[in-house]
Amino acid sequence: MNESSLQAMAERFLSALKHCQLLQMRVAHADRDGMTLMLPWSASIVGNPQTGAVHGGALTTLMDTTCGMATLCVLPRFEVCPTLDLRIDYMHPAEAGKLIYGHAQCYRVTRDVIFTRGSAYQDDPDQPICQVVGTFMRLGQQIKGGIGFANTLKEGGA
Amino acid sequence: MIPESIRQQLNAAHAVGDYRPLLALIPYAGLIGIECEREGDDLLFRLPANPDNIGNPLLPAIHGGVIAGFMELSAALYLLIYSESASIPKIIDFSIDYLRAGHLRDTYAQCQLWRQGRRVTNVAITAWQADRQSPIATARAHFKIEPEKPLKSSGQPPSA
Repeated sequence: MNESSLQAMAERFLSALKHCQLLQMRVAHADRDGMTLMLPWSASIVGNPQTGAVHGGALTTLMDTTCGMATLCVLPRFEVCPTLDLRIDYMHPAEAGKLIYGHAQCYRVTRDVIFTRGSAYQDDPDQPICQVVGTFMRLGQQIKGGIGFANTLKEGGA
Repeated sequence: MIPESIRQQLNAAHAVGDYRPLLALIPYAGLIGIECEREGDDLLFRLPANPDNIGNPLLPAIHGGVIAGFMELSAALYLLIYSESASIPKIIDFSIDYLRAGHLRDTYAQCQLWRQGRRVTNVAITAWQADRQSPIATARAHFKIEPEKPLKSSGQPPSA
């Protein structure tokens, strides 16, 4: 799959996720090396009203989605890949008012399982807000809803 | 530090078992729609079914990030009420295992404080839907808290 069709597929995938639409998440970049999504700061995702810091739940949603969508970068065809587990280490709070990026890549793909890692950051990728590792299960294409969803993603695609 | 007015609000909420004024202070709590009630001496957290929380549109299922956010927020609220931290507990790390799909129905969570150190606490969170014995996710989190009295090792001179 070339880069522009991967990016288009990522955009269609993200637009189908209701809660991600509520958070106004968008695809920043997608290529063979990984997935980058954007989460705009908004008052509704604040967890600490004293500081304006973003709640971990919004960051977890960003990173679960980013890690899950990173599987699109390494699989030849779309497969349903639910999250097995996710671990987030919080490095420092996200600053109020600034866009948040989530980046993730797959570092091992096996027949049944995909291992991913990533981080969220604002201005500087070297100063991450949090570091994440996540493991995803490959359910293949024969799963209920999987084929239908795969076809939706293909629609209008290259 | 937790302002005195918030501390009073916390105590008042816990005394009558109505946590809504407390939750109203946290925007993210309103975004996902978390609720909290007393269950004996314990706290039961509830996330009412809400189409805005859907991730997988096909099942449909609640977004895994929302389930994690609900559980992390439950743990933080639990600590606010049960630990004697002088400040709002700060999340250090969070680890979640997804056991079953979270369908579009009410989700519940319960917390267990496994260890309260002077600076760090370890909390386990279990989330379920129809059947408490079949959890949809388990998680554990470390939070940094601040002891009421300064630690001896903090390097600060004794105040008296």
